Amino acid sequence: MAVAVDVRLPTVLRSQAGGQSIVTVKASTIGDVLRELVSEFPGMSGQLLNDDGSLHRFVNVYVNDDDVRYLESLETPVREGDEVSLLPAVAGG
Amino acid sequence: MASHRSILDLVGNTPLVEVSELSPNPAARLFVKLEGQNPSGSVKDRVALAMVEDAEKAGLLRPGEPGQVLIEPSSGNTGIGLALVCRVKGYHLKVVLPSNVSPERRQLLEVWGAEIIESPGGEGSNGAVRMARDIAADHAEWVFLYQYANPANPRVHYEQTGPEIWRDCPEVTHFVAGLGTSGTLLGTGRYLKERNPSVQIWAVEPPAGEIVDGLRSLDDGFIPPIFDELGGAAMLDRKTVVRPRESVEWVRRLADSGVFAGLSSGAAMAGAARCAVQLPPGAQAAIVVVCADAGWKYLSSGAWTGDIDEVAERARSTIYF
Repeated sequence: MAVAVDVRLPTVLRSQAGGQSIVTVKASTIGDVLRELVSEFPGMSGQLLNDDGSLHRFVNVYVNDDDVRYLESLETPVREGDEVSLLPAVAGG
Repeated sequence: MASHRSILDLVGNTPLVEVSELSPNPAARLFVKLEGQNPSGSVKDRVALAMVEDAEKAGLLRPGEPGQVLIEPSSGNTGIGLALVCRVKGYHLKVVLPSNVSPERRQLLEVWGAEIIESPGGEGSNGAVRMARDIAADHAEWVFLYQYANPANPRVHYEQTGPEIWRDCPEVTHFVAGLGTSGTLLGTGRYLKERNPSVQIWAVEPPAGEIVDGLRSLDDGFIPPIFDELGGAAMLDRKTVVRPRESVEWVRRLADSGVFAGLSSGAAMAGAARCAVQLPPGAQAAIVVVCADAGWKYLSSGAWTGDIDEVAERARSTIYF
């Protein structure tokens, strides 16, 4: 069932969302969250998802700070009150 | 006690200390591996020495010959480790360093005589990598070891860090370390999983992508080539983000146990604590955490004594991985 989820956007994506740092979408999985974002903010298209619908290589998506690639990827469920964060892949060292 | 012929002989073989008193779950023991005990003060001494020795074996660097130059992008620790190795061996090092690292990192590079080339802080380490690659392409005569793609980086952890942990804590169930180049996680993780396939590998990262406002788009993201080449996605069991405030809280808790560790160690401990509280009922764990460096380079951050809100806010704009 779709629930309202807050999504934290990194600086690099905020201009596509009218400067907002947190947006709320209705979704039941991470895949829904990303598709909703692209639908609402078409400027994010191509940055979040590839043409085949898979997660873009340089975006990391977290549910309550856990990277969804190591959970159930786009099928990872979201629940009421979960916080989703998007972050660009960044190096260290 | 034996004496050593060179400071470089002291790289690696770091101590493991139990800090289970800090564990949020009595069924989970916690151990920290104190990489700050390396000669230049971080885990990166292992990588720096291995990469330089590899380059010498390959004939890219010739010991004793004057005028040899290396260039490397680093958020600090690899640069500092390389600077020490280069100073001892007589090479000139240029480090491309983001402008928003702690002042102590810059000072330590200066101690070892490295030349600093500043990259825009808003682009984080990604910007340093890009700038170093551009400069190296224009100077084919300089040696570009490139830690993010150099196989000596994960290999030294497979050959040293992993076996040290297995020797000192064969009951290890989880290995937790910061994700920077991915060398520590991939090399150590591969070794531990070969010994015991059920060992879980947890990566901890800072929310650095929140502050890198200099990136134009997500296409400026960066994944270290070694991560892809060595199947990093399949090696890691979990990846978690730890925010600055939690990192500071955990360096303070480590201090309660007498462990003086850097901010990325605080983040790694926070990740280990999450791991401990998520254990299934009845499970026992021995969680080994890499403390990548000691606290010295973070004294100016006020991490131990300052108002925690102010310290966390300052840490938000400083690169510490």
